[in-house]
Amino acid sequence: MTAILKRETRAYFDSLIGYIFLTAFFAGSGILFSVSSLQFGSTDMSGMYSGLFYILLVLIPILTMRTLSEEKRQKTDQLLLTAPVSIPSLVLGKFFAAMLIYSIGVCMTLVYAVVVSFYGVVSWLTVLGNVVGLLLLGAAYVAVGMLISSLTENQVIAAIGGFACMLALFLISAIASIIPVPWIANILTNLSFGERYSPFTYGVFDFSNVLFFVSATVIFLFLTIRVIERRRWS
Amino acid sequence: MIEVKHLVKTYGDKHAVADISFKANDGEILGFLGPNGAGKSTTMNILTGYLSSTSGEASINGHDILEDPIAAKKEIGYLPEFPPLYLDMTVREYLYFVYELKGCRLPRNTHLKEICELVKIDNVFDRRINNLSKGYKQRVGLAQALVGNPNVLILDEPTVGLDPKQIIEIRTLIKKLGKNHTVILSSHILSEVQAVCDRIVVINQGRIVADDTADNLSRELTADHKLIARIDGPKDEVIKLVQTIPGVVSIVADMQREKGVWEYNIEAVEGTDIRRELNRRLMSRNWYILGLRSSELSLEDIFLKLTMGESVTEFLADKADDLEEHYKEESK
Repeated sequence: MTAILKRETRAYFDSLIGYIFLTAFFAGSGILFSVSSLQFGSTDMSGMYSGLFYILLVLIPILTMRTLSEEKRQKTDQLLLTAPVSIPSLVLGKFFAAMLIYSIGVCMTLVYAVVVSFYGVVSWLTVLGNVVGLLLLGAAYVAVGMLISSLTENQVIAAIGGFACMLALFLISAIASIIPVPWIANILTNLSFGERYSPFTYGVFDFSNVLFFVSATVIFLFLTIRVIERRRWS
Repeated sequence: MIEVKHLVKTYGDKHAVADISFKANDGEILGFLGPNGAGKSTTMNILTGYLSSTSGEASINGHDILEDPIAAKKEIGYLPEFPPLYLDMTVREYLYFVYELKGCRLPRNTHLKEICELVKIDNVFDRRINNLSKGYKQRVGLAQALVGNPNVLILDEPTVGLDPKQIIEIRTLIKKLGKNHTVILSSHILSEVQAVCDRIVVINQGRIVADDTADNLSRELTADHKLIARIDGPKDEVIKLVQTIPGVVSIVADMQREKGVWEYNIEAVEGTDIRRELNRRLMSRNWYILGLRSSELSLEDIFLKLTMGESVTEFLADKADDLEEHYKEESK
């Protein structure tokens, strides 16, 4: 797993994707930070954290699009799958590499908090809760992106497909609001990534939401492993 | 040791591999011969655990590839049809990665240096794989298979895309490796498997049509009692003369090779050697034999015939019929 983790991390910076992702992440969070906090002279950073949700919709697919699709296209999956490495550790290696790059981006938001702390009182617990929320959301998104990437040989399809899926997971709550049957609407609302993420930005650290994102990550990673295994049998 | 029993792989209702069984012993170089699409690569992909078989078993040194994949894969070095290279890495980075991926415990730098010297890529060690020629890429692929010094090497068309000099180098290398590894290599080039392999498995449309040593395969199909002779002398009289030799079944003038020199297909009763008698009789008339060889089938013939779905005996019977027919027409 560590071999794959190391290679993937390198590959992010060899192929520009890592730089593009981080640049866009810093730019997005920077703009949101200026608009929602600096502009109002406020130490409340929830505006930036809730705004990042939408930016991630676009950025995470870029991070995950080539993880598995490119291996298939270049036939390098033959090396990985015939090496004495299990498929779960292969998928996890790639997952953690993507998470590593993503975490660098998330850590940048802490820099903003430090800057603000010079001018006012920052509620560090809230910031910490937000960072954890952002990491959990990112993990689930990365898992979704990897699943889509495992289904195709084409990076562009992987990116667009990933974006579409994440958008769908986000829009579930909008669909829920127009469904007249209350219990269905209730289930859908509870499955919405947006509804689950927003409490973090209010400073509410609900353990059920943590569990939700962790389970979502595990489920999508599990499905990714199954897709790769299934390909052997088809 | 590699053991394969009743391997079947189907895609929908198409049989890519239909009931293949064979065994490769330690220190043996086994050649997989067959036309494109015969199921060579599929079989190799199943052996290495990249694909799963629909039914049947494959085991590497006693480790079943399905039951105990990690242990089985540890024993294998695999060079697929397309070398699985990360083009944006240098050879060094790539081999270091493979070294870690395989969880290799040999001393890294000396081990990799040995391999690079063996496959002659030490001079491109720090170049990006993308910028290497096809021949070098192929050799980096081979180097990758050798990392960790696995007992079993599975090489899918290892000489494709190389120039003649490189082909000879790689063949020599494989022969060398075959001394202390079990090697399976596939090819659709006969001379290659003939030159390198101890044993040949001919496979066509997912089935094994022959499994024997290269020598045996051609011996089985050799026909000592059938001769091809190039004789300097008047055609019709030569035919008449040869027909009087005891044991001769037929003689057919094939074509004029030089002025006044014809090539004849002569068939005698099986088990009789008519070469001396032929010589003597022709000499007495002052006609000369300019060339004489037994009409041994080349492996090329065997291969073409085998892969056209005929068994060896059928093929020999056909060949005899052909000759007879030819002779009848000639005599008309």
